[in-house]
Amino acid sequence: MFPPLPNPTTKPGGPKFGEADLIRRSASTVTPPAERQTEVAKLIDVTKCIGCKACQTACLEWNDLREEVGVNVGEYDNPHDLTPNSWTLMRYTEYENPGTGNLEWLIRKDGCMHCEDPGCLKACPAPGAIVQYSNGIVDFIHENCIGCGYCVKGCPFNIPRISKVDHKAYKCTLCSDRVAVGQGPACQKACPTQAIVFGTKDEMKQWADKRIADLKSRGFDKAGLYDPPGVSGTHVMYVLHHADKPHVYAGLPDNPRISPLVDAWKGVGKYAGMAVIALTAAAGMIHHILQGPNRVTEEEEESADKLAGGKT
Amino acid sequence: MTNSWTDIGNTDLVWIMGGNAAEAHPCGFKWVTEAKHNRGAKLMVVDPRFTRSAAVADHYAPLRPGTDIAFLSGVVNYLLTNDKIHKEYVRNFTNASYLVKEGYSFSDGLFSGYDEEKRSYNRSTWDYQIGPDGFAIRDMTLENPRCVFQLMKVHFAPYTPEMVSRITGTPQDKFLKVAEWVASTANGERAMTIMYALGWTQHSHGAQNIRTAAMIQLLCGNIGIPGGGVNALRGHSNVQGITDVGTLTASIPGYLALPTDSEPTLESHLAKRTFKPLQANQTSYWQNYRKFYVSFLKSFYGAKATPENQFGYDWLPKLDVAYDCLRMFETMYQGKTNGLICQGFNPLMAIAHKNKSVAGLSKLKFLVSLDPIETDTARFWENHGEFNDVDPAKIQTEVFMLPVTSFAEEEGSLTNSSRVIMWKWRAADPYFESRTDSEILADLFTRIRKLYETEGGKGAEPLLAVDWNYRNPHEPQADELLKELNGKALVDLKDAEGKVVRAAGSQLASFGEMRDDGSTDGSMWIYTGVYGPSGNFSMRRDNSDPSGLGVYGNWGFSWPANRRILYNRASADPDGKPWSETKKYTFWNGERWTGADVPDCVPTIPPNRGAGPFIMNEEGVSRLFARGLLAEGPFPTHYEPFESPVANPLFPKIKGNPAARVFKGDMEVFGDPKEFPIVATTYRLTEHFHYWTKGVHMNAVMQPEFFVEMSEELAKEKGIKHGGWVKVWSHRGSVKGKAVVTKRIKPVEVDGKSVHYIGCPLNFGFIGEAKKASPINSLTPPVGDANAQTPEYKAFLVDIEPISGPVA
Repeated sequence: MFPPLPNPTTKPGGPKFGEADLIRRSASTVTPPAERQTEVAKLIDVTKCIGCKACQTACLEWNDLREEVGVNVGEYDNPHDLTPNSWTLMRYTEYENPGTGNLEWLIRKDGCMHCEDPGCLKACPAPGAIVQYSNGIVDFIHENCIGCGYCVKGCPFNIPRISKVDHKAYKCTLCSDRVAVGQGPACQKACPTQAIVFGTKDEMKQWADKRIADLKSRGFDKAGLYDPPGVSGTHVMYVLHHADKPHVYAGLPDNPRISPLVDAWKGVGKYAGMAVIALTAAAGMIHHILQGPNRVTEEEEESADKLAGGKT
Repeated sequence: MTNSWTDIGNTDLVWIMGGNAAEAHPCGFKWVTEAKHNRGAKLMVVDPRFTRSAAVADHYAPLRPGTDIAFLSGVVNYLLTNDKIHKEYVRNFTNASYLVKEGYSFSDGLFSGYDEEKRSYNRSTWDYQIGPDGFAIRDMTLENPRCVFQLMKVHFAPYTPEMVSRITGTPQDKFLKVAEWVASTANGERAMTIMYALGWTQHSHGAQNIRTAAMIQLLCGNIGIPGGGVNALRGHSNVQGITDVGTLTASIPGYLALPTDSEPTLESHLAKRTFKPLQANQTSYWQNYRKFYVSFLKSFYGAKATPENQFGYDWLPKLDVAYDCLRMFETMYQGKTNGLICQGFNPLMAIAHKNKSVAGLSKLKFLVSLDPIETDTARFWENHGEFNDVDPAKIQTEVFMLPVTSFAEEEGSLTNSSRVIMWKWRAADPYFESRTDSEILADLFTRIRKLYETEGGKGAEPLLAVDWNYRNPHEPQADELLKELNGKALVDLKDAEGKVVRAAGSQLASFGEMRDDGSTDGSMWIYTGVYGPSGNFSMRRDNSDPSGLGVYGNWGFSWPANRRILYNRASADPDGKPWSETKKYTFWNGERWTGADVPDCVPTIPPNRGAGPFIMNEEGVSRLFARGLLAEGPFPTHYEPFESPVANPLFPKIKGNPAARVFKGDMEVFGDPKEFPIVATTYRLTEHFHYWTKGVHMNAVMQPEFFVEMSEELAKEKGIKHGGWVKVWSHRGSVKGKAVVTKRIKPVEVDGKSVHYIGCPLNFGFIGEAKKASPINSLTPPVGDANAQTPEYKAFLVDIEPISGPVA
């Protein structure tokens, strides 16, 4: 058993990280803190998961979210996709292993991966709407969110969802509020089989190594850790029986990377755009100097009156 | 459970069959995960469906619903024919060596003594040969053709891998892998635990399912050792407690028997229960039955219970037949019942054959529902469209709903599957006018008694005799009730030398202190010790585990006598030495029995006296041959469910379990496989808790709507679309739901014929937040297990077709 995190002290104490620990801030710059916090990670061991949805319920409860009672569409997945309220979701896949001929019921807890190189943050045009702390957690700051949906496009895992109520983007916070006071995320706390564990990223990798050795001894030769390099690693990692084909787990990307469009737009595109804006402004100024201000003739005034029904 | 939840962490092999622990017991399932993770234990799952438990298993084998005995008997046969048994354990700790009476026989699927008309057996031949010394005759070489071991070999020989596969539909290789893994534990070095639940009990042969499993564990020597056992996973936090306190139909608390019509006096009742040892030097602990019974009567009737009036025995009700829930609804259906009090019970959802239940409830004068939530039963009279299509104008039953506090709003104890009694404190204030169950029942009792006192009436005497000595008679406290279950000394109790060992008024420390002369009370002997002279042990919360074997001896109190593994003396060989270092648990240290747990034997009797580890049995050993204790035979036999797609491949003439009770008229409600070719089974979903949580928003979100699971093959054959609507109907009723078309169910090949089966979760009804549905018991047959009368919910016949959506 991974030693469980002790219950929090009942004495008041300050948060363990905050504003001063930001290493990235969308559409703006921050001065990185002198000292980086120890990186944290959540490890989801798909091979230990029994799909009980305690994590899903704990997420709704802790974050005080309510989901609608839906319908059954022939699947165990409820709701049927991530929503602005459901930040995590069990996805069930029936997989016939061609190697063994055995059926496998793969159950993956989907949600934000907290990428080390977060595509959402990179794509975000609203200053400070998405931040990353030096412990690795990527958080949405809703008061700064303009609901443009660029984070959705920027995310290689298709995670953020835009609320139809307040037009802001929502996703898992890795319970940054709990982590800030030395606790693990609510989903981890609720998991009955320790399929979800939480700790420093190094601890999680070591723990995963043991799990992978156990899986290999049970015939899963390709068992491995999912910590994709295309996004410089993630702060939510999976132990998979079939690490050679992540896509069998309800379409987990084999090799996730930030869409080149985001880079183009935020890199070359950004400067090109700014140049276009500057050129347009300059052209206007030149036009003004050469042509002078636009004057309205009396005839034009009369026509406008007619159009407005004589109300002016 | 013979063992405990925490003990599952000690196992090397977990066998889940007749249950789905990951689904129904996700928190307890952590111990399976621990055993896998820490010890490299293997997990195998045998189930009609590829379940959530199967999702994390190392091996999965499917089987047709209702054929567990054939599968398990196949394993017994495999162990016997391949000589993969723990020989010394079997020889010394089971009745394998006992010679059976010459009159005992088995042919064409029937044992000796069958009476076809009564559907029952004369069980007199199902017993041992008794020698001139009054003890049973044994042959320790196990060679005598009349010894249990040889009879077993003959009885189980037909269950070859071929026959198992023909009956169950399990591919032979998958069956054999299970058998091989089981055999790998038949040595005292490795342990296997069996975890089961209602997947084994809810059959017309449920008790025998579990017996066959117990036999396998005995052949492997897996009873009484850490990581072993036959472990019943109870479905409520306190269902073990409910069973213990005697809500069984023929019991009083602590598994003592309610008297029957044929036992008019206390002595006649006790004379049938002398439990005389069948071997020299055996403990035969039930010999103390009389002490427990008299202490119970003293608790019940207080000072009014005297030796002169047989301690009030006359006031106990005497059974003519067992009034189990199926019979309750049968008598109601016949119009013979005036009123029904449902305490935390939703029978409209829980009892087989819903239409019969509605008809029965409609004939009542009154129905009282004591519940924290609104139940479907309390609304049985209300029209909910096709989900409960009744005409309220025609139903005259008066319904009372008494709001009760929920478990978190009241103080008291719970007894979990591990038999651990744990106190819980009130966590929240009760809502509105709700009151505790004990307050409501006490209020009812005192008022009714008052009426009898002032107005008299039929049978007033027993009611007036009950001792009701609580601080507040209208609201007995949980603390007082637990003390009463434990029992106390009524006078100074003295030992043989006249020394006072327990002062008058003091709580008893153990049931060993109980006496049969009326000098002690205690209404449930098995709990004695939980609230002894040192206080309420159910409140203990010490999580230290000195042996490292998951024995938390100072956490709560485990009945009996705070023992965590039952029969643990069997973890040592006849000489008292552990079978192996890896399984060292209870052993003789030269002076006394000691070890990680409270020894399950007299701790000072040395092994050379030959007292067996199964101290409750007159033989001192366990029973591979059950003698006359089960209705359908001393050995398990494969009988088809009452509704089956095929004739019994072994005994074609026998329909269902020949000893199961079938009410008059109910034979006609069974469906014919020609009309209903598809097998159906019912089960719970992890997202819900029985029928309660369909009214809880969060749970309804997680699993919002009733569905029917079926194979891709069946869906194709019937033109059913994934996620589309289907109608399922049996000879008794119909339901509608969404189709979940899955690879996790596959048709099986049975006796040369392809058989389809479907799965129906039972959590949905017409009251609550989840989408409305017809109770699944609209489909199920009203026939129960021949011993326990648990209804056959796990295997029955239906047909299915695609439909457009229902009209609510």
